[in-house]
Amino acid sequence: MYRYDEFDHTLVAERVAQFRDQVNRRVAGALTEDEFKPLRLMNGLYLQLHAYMLRVAIPYGVLSATQMRRLAHIARTYDKGYGHFTTRQNIQYNWPNLEDVPDILEELAEVEMHAIQTSGNCIRNVTADQFAGVAADEFDDPRVYAEIIRQWSTLHPEFSFLPRKFKIAITGAPNDRAAVKVHDIGLRMVAGPDGAPGFEVIVGGGQGRTPMIGYVVRDYLPVPQLLAYLEAVLRVYNQLGRRDNLYKARIKILVHETGREEFTRLVEEEFAAMAGENPPALPGGELARIRAYFQPPAYADLPASTPELDLALAGNRTFARWVKTAVAEHKQPGYAIVTISLKPIGGIPGDASADEMDAVADLAERFGFGEIRVTHEQNLVLPDVPRQDLFALWQSLDAAGLATANVGLVSDIIACPGLDYCNLANARSIPIAQEISQRFADLDRQHDIGDLKVKISGCINACGHHHVGHIGILGVDRKGVEYYQVTLGGDATENAALGDITGPSFSGEAITDAVETIIATYIGHREDGERFLDTYRRIGMKPFKEALYAAH
Amino acid sequence: MASTHQIVTANRLRDGAVVYLTADGRWSETLACGALAEDKATAADLLAQAERSVTDRLVVGPYAFPVALAPEGPQPTQKREQIRAAGPTVHPQFGRDTGIARAAR
Repeated sequence: MYRYDEFDHTLVAERVAQFRDQVNRRVAGALTEDEFKPLRLMNGLYLQLHAYMLRVAIPYGVLSATQMRRLAHIARTYDKGYGHFTTRQNIQYNWPNLEDVPDILEELAEVEMHAIQTSGNCIRNVTADQFAGVAADEFDDPRVYAEIIRQWSTLHPEFSFLPRKFKIAITGAPNDRAAVKVHDIGLRMVAGPDGAPGFEVIVGGGQGRTPMIGYVVRDYLPVPQLLAYLEAVLRVYNQLGRRDNLYKARIKILVHETGREEFTRLVEEEFAAMAGENPPALPGGELARIRAYFQPPAYADLPASTPELDLALAGNRTFARWVKTAVAEHKQPGYAIVTISLKPIGGIPGDASADEMDAVADLAERFGFGEIRVTHEQNLVLPDVPRQDLFALWQSLDAAGLATANVGLVSDIIACPGLDYCNLANARSIPIAQEISQRFADLDRQHDIGDLKVKISGCINACGHHHVGHIGILGVDRKGVEYYQVTLGGDATENAALGDITGPSFSGEAITDAVETIIATYIGHREDGERFLDTYRRIGMKPFKEALYAAH
Repeated sequence: MASTHQIVTANRLRDGAVVYLTADGRWSETLACGALAEDKATAADLLAQAERSVTDRLVVGPYAFPVALAPEGPQPTQKREQIRAAGPTVHPQFGRDTGIARAAR
């Protein structure tokens, strides 16, 4: 993985010292809250319902075991013993004291982490496929380019005061696990006419109150032109994006109001003006330098299977079921990618205690090369597990309470913090996730239902990705009472789709029953091998609507 | 139940904790200790007092919110204020024993 050079170290250390001074000045009265607020937000520090909240960047979701242990230490020392992994592959601490935050940032800087650009109208932490570099279906390793974008966008003077926040996601695989079509810019790695790697550039996707699927503005962008082209897109946005209306300020509004053709023309014009005859290119040496950080580790020549693994798979149903959901195909024979569910039945999606973080760090070293990934679905990943060690890993995870065999199933729910923590929320998300998870606690039933993505947001800002949930749930406030609107058929993958609203919203008491009705309708209509989404696409909304509102 | 009674709340500067303005101008973590404004004029006076605490760097973002009077003390009528008073409903161990009915589902 990438390691800080002297410039990175200096930049982050200077920022810590600067923020320490700002906190001191705030406490001493030299800065008012109005003056201090934008400064703390630039360092990821929000003020939520009950306390401050610190959002720490995890670049493209990649963590070392050492970093994970430091996150655990921070949770234990400065917070209430836990952290919350988010849909942007970051971690949030819900209870830090203001005057402790500079110390927390210093502790983070020691392990090459920070909270810069986790808030504000700038280019936020770049997100990526959590299986980057190890996925069997991968065309090229997106971490290389995510890191290049990270360095380019960090404190970029031209793009530090955009009309609104800006999110870039990147995947190197045809199976999109990074939801690139619902980001401000989505990058999908593809082969060019000569087979050389490049990017399909998708612009103007997003969720929030105006959900949109992004448009492809470039079918193929050669790798060396990446930053110049991103710069052209950002310049058009910076110049023409609306600054008069917060709700119309994201690039998706500009793209969709301008139209795909005209927006593309503007970007290409800007790009051509910048590029002239010779498009500005990534320096070849720099690309190679960054790529060197992401060289595959020293994989051993290991068997895909052993008699012991076969025996465990045949004889231990619980283990076999876990393998079915948690294990993904690795590009290196003999290895597996393992997703660790942070969705225990009835638990809080994405929460991890300090002890759990330490346990995952230990396992990453014992069963891999000390690396961990955070997924946008609020789970963790061990990217390099020898297949012959799967049973031992499972036993260790089970002992740590981290072996729930539900990845990709109905209880693997994305939920935003909602009204339990968030200043913007209209309704609670987490208790709904917990109730659904408990209702479907029976793993036999979950496995029978199959692939199903339930995503819950506590307000229209859609941090819980409800628009792209197979079943999406949106909390709304109806005269002071929490209600929940349901959408069906959303999809965050390469076949991205926005969900359709079923009809009137459901009370907090009725929403889990509604989910059960939806699932029963699917079971009743599904044909052999059909996932929920397949059935929905085949039969449409009508049967679901009839079942949901039959009594009304 | 419609109520015109209000209590003034804010977040404490140093730790962000939810606090309520008391009748003698201090700040308490207990909602029941909050000064009860029975009309708009009193609420405005309390808010003016709260603004002085902002200047004094004790609290951030004060505002008044409605409460209903109940035998066990004032009760927030909005879910958001119920949750602020009692703590996250999903982490009872971090909640406060306020005597306020928790925002039970």
